[in-house]
Amino acid sequence: MIQRRNVPFLALILILLSIGIALILHRHWVYEVPLMYGETQTVWSIEARVEFVANGDAVTVSLVRPSAQDGYNILQESGASPGYGLNFIDEGEPRAEWTIRTAAGRQELYYRTEILESQSSTAIPKPAPALRHPDWPEPYRSAIGMVLSEAYTTSADNFSLTRELLKRFNSQSPPQHIELLRSYSNGHRAALLAEILNHAQVPASVVYALALEDGRRRQSLTPLLRVWSGDESEVFYLDANGGSDLRDQPKILWEQRGAPVLDVIGGSDSRVRFSMIRREESTFTSIADNLSDQQNFLNFSIHSLPVEEQAMFKTILLLPVGALIVCILRILVGIRTSGTFMPVLIALAFVQTSLGTGLIGFSLVVAVGLFIRSYLSRLNLLLVARITAVIISVIGIISIFSVLSYKLGLTEGLKIMFFPMIILSWTIERMSILWEEEGGREVMIQGGGSLLTAVFAYGAMNDSWVRHLMFNFIGMQFVVLALVLMIGTYAGYRLSELKRFASFRTRA
Amino acid sequence: MRFRFPWQLARDGILGINRRNSRYISRYNPRRLFPLVDNKLKTKIIAQQAGINTPALIGTIAHQHDVRRIGELVADYNGFAIKPAKGSGGKGILVITDKDSQRFYKSSGAAVSPEDIQRHVSNILSGLYSLGGSPDTVIIEELIHFDPSFAHFTVEGVPDIRVIVCRGYPVMAMMRLSTHASDGKANLHQGAVGVGLDIATGKALNAVQNGEVITHHPDTGQLLSELVVPNWSDLLVIAASCYDVTQLGYLGIDIVLDRYKGPMLLELNARPGLGIQVANGAGLRPRLTKIDDLTAAELALGPEDRSALSRTWFSA
Repeated sequence: MIQRRNVPFLALILILLSIGIALILHRHWVYEVPLMYGETQTVWSIEARVEFVANGDAVTVSLVRPSAQDGYNILQESGASPGYGLNFIDEGEPRAEWTIRTAAGRQELYYRTEILESQSSTAIPKPAPALRHPDWPEPYRSAIGMVLSEAYTTSADNFSLTRELLKRFNSQSPPQHIELLRSYSNGHRAALLAEILNHAQVPASVVYALALEDGRRRQSLTPLLRVWSGDESEVFYLDANGGSDLRDQPKILWEQRGAPVLDVIGGSDSRVRFSMIRREESTFTSIADNLSDQQNFLNFSIHSLPVEEQAMFKTILLLPVGALIVCILRILVGIRTSGTFMPVLIALAFVQTSLGTGLIGFSLVVAVGLFIRSYLSRLNLLLVARITAVIISVIGIISIFSVLSYKLGLTEGLKIMFFPMIILSWTIERMSILWEEEGGREVMIQGGGSLLTAVFAYGAMNDSWVRHLMFNFIGMQFVVLALVLMIGTYAGYRLSELKRFASFRTRA
Repeated sequence: MRFRFPWQLARDGILGINRRNSRYISRYNPRRLFPLVDNKLKTKIIAQQAGINTPALIGTIAHQHDVRRIGELVADYNGFAIKPAKGSGGKGILVITDKDSQRFYKSSGAAVSPEDIQRHVSNILSGLYSLGGSPDTVIIEELIHFDPSFAHFTVEGVPDIRVIVCRGYPVMAMMRLSTHASDGKANLHQGAVGVGLDIATGKALNAVQNGEVITHHPDTGQLLSELVVPNWSDLLVIAASCYDVTQLGYLGIDIVLDRYKGPMLLELNARPGLGIQVANGAGLRPRLTKIDDLTAAELALGPEDRSALSRTWFSA
């Protein structure tokens, strides 16, 4: 039943759909961007927590930061350090330096980094550190000379020399001079081995590795021995069984050239602990590498933008999906929400905070906000002043929750700051008026409807495949637009009306 | 959970929200005309110009610094109604039916102090009840003396008649009776009784409360099928002429019957609700399809001829 006046409109939808699909297929075929979200890449979020007791004077804390290496790329890094100045220093060994004029008592500093597992690492090989010329007291010096000459004759290069040395140190029934060195080096065997190798003109140093395991907390670094030969280098495990099961485990070298991992001036009892989580992401980063240098009109891609702008643009590209969900839920289902697109903005906040934290945070802020607003309504304020007061209250609530959760050690709680405060204030204002006019039931219906819509929008916007499609195929925007236009002309019944008119009976 | 399939609703000719919005409101109601009906003061002015009765205006208050004038404005009246000009769905309406030297009394008997009234006026002005919270004007009107023949049909509030007029032709009508449950308000979703009226005669057809068919008023026990609206043909002509006044092609018209002045226009609504179908036990779609197919000649007729045609087309 196509009416004639609908023809231009149908043509518009068809044109939009075909442009969209053509763009998607073009990108798929010509640039080989996969349509399906299949391959994933692993991203590790690692948090280093530095703890120490400050003496009450100026404090400088220097923590080595990991840098790109075989198999891993650093995506981004950040630090959290109330009151401290924080600088990322890249000269020499990359490190994070926290400084403060005075600090006393127990201190906690955070450093966070996102590391991408990638085969095509861009790491430039680090040059070998300068040779040191250690000296030992007797009888150790002659013991070292002995083991070195034994190992030297049975090896061919720097790496096999190291292997021979390690074999001798780790043998089950060692000769006497090895026994002597073993007890001498107890607790710092890596350092001694590095020194021995240095003595033999082989560049070597102790490096520190972090084993990567999802969900681990309070981990420490494991010392390893790294040996160079020209530009090449190899990492050795100190004892036969790998120093633990580190040998078979994915790991990154947190520190690569023998620099001190943590250096605290003005404090004592310092230590650093690591926690990490792992997540899977679509392969778009590697696509980005391939695409950024092929720019033309048809290769319209957000990957041609700088990384910072990409992050912002990604949010913008996802918005149509959220808005489409709102269209579906309001027009086809008939869910009532408070504010048309408020749920999309809430869903965006959920993407930042994760769903559980977001839901709890949202409910807490709105509940406390409604409580404060019920007092404000007794003051007979003018509307603009009242909403301003609500905005300030919301900011207050968010600040208090952030500080409280931080004090309680729930860093999750800090994410509450991602909520759009003006939107929250309007939500509170609207719900409060709704409460006065229609009662609590309607508030629950609309509030629940908004949250439900937000959860659905979050589900869609957080879905890896949807994200992959929206980020990589500009044609998707045309397809979504066509869908929204089609939904916009839907004149049939809403799902809610099937219930509303359930008891309708034609008059007999 | 009870529900009906879409094809069952379609067979009964039920009009859904989406179809109402896209096929009727957005097609027949130009946006620029909405202020005429969203602002009761404007509605009142154009209605009076067209010779349609509306409740008499005692005065208006447009600025916060005039809030204290409310006392002298109503000094000579025992009863009055305070309304927000841009309110919708009966929100923000305060009806005072009596007063003594210190206090005012609502229809329910609850006492209200002059300070309460000033605060209410101030709230209306700051936009508490208006669409989108925009600043508003307060309207103070004389009370409606509702026809005593309806005394048994309603509790605490004035019954009103809602007529849906499409392109000038009345297509469906119902009377809304307030109940205890609806707190004297005549909104169906708040628990008021809706009585479908025969377009031809103004006689009751069917009655519902909260979507369920009822036969008697829940509070007074009055048999609802006895309801007949007097002067029905005059009322329909008034409803039909609202189209000529506003040019809005899909309109909900709220009319009350005043004991002395006859039918009076209370309010116009450019987005009338769909509950009227349940009250009538009939769907709007077949009737609206009929209106969609009108000839140019039929559209050019005056309100009397149009309402006469409606009475023959849409009689029960």
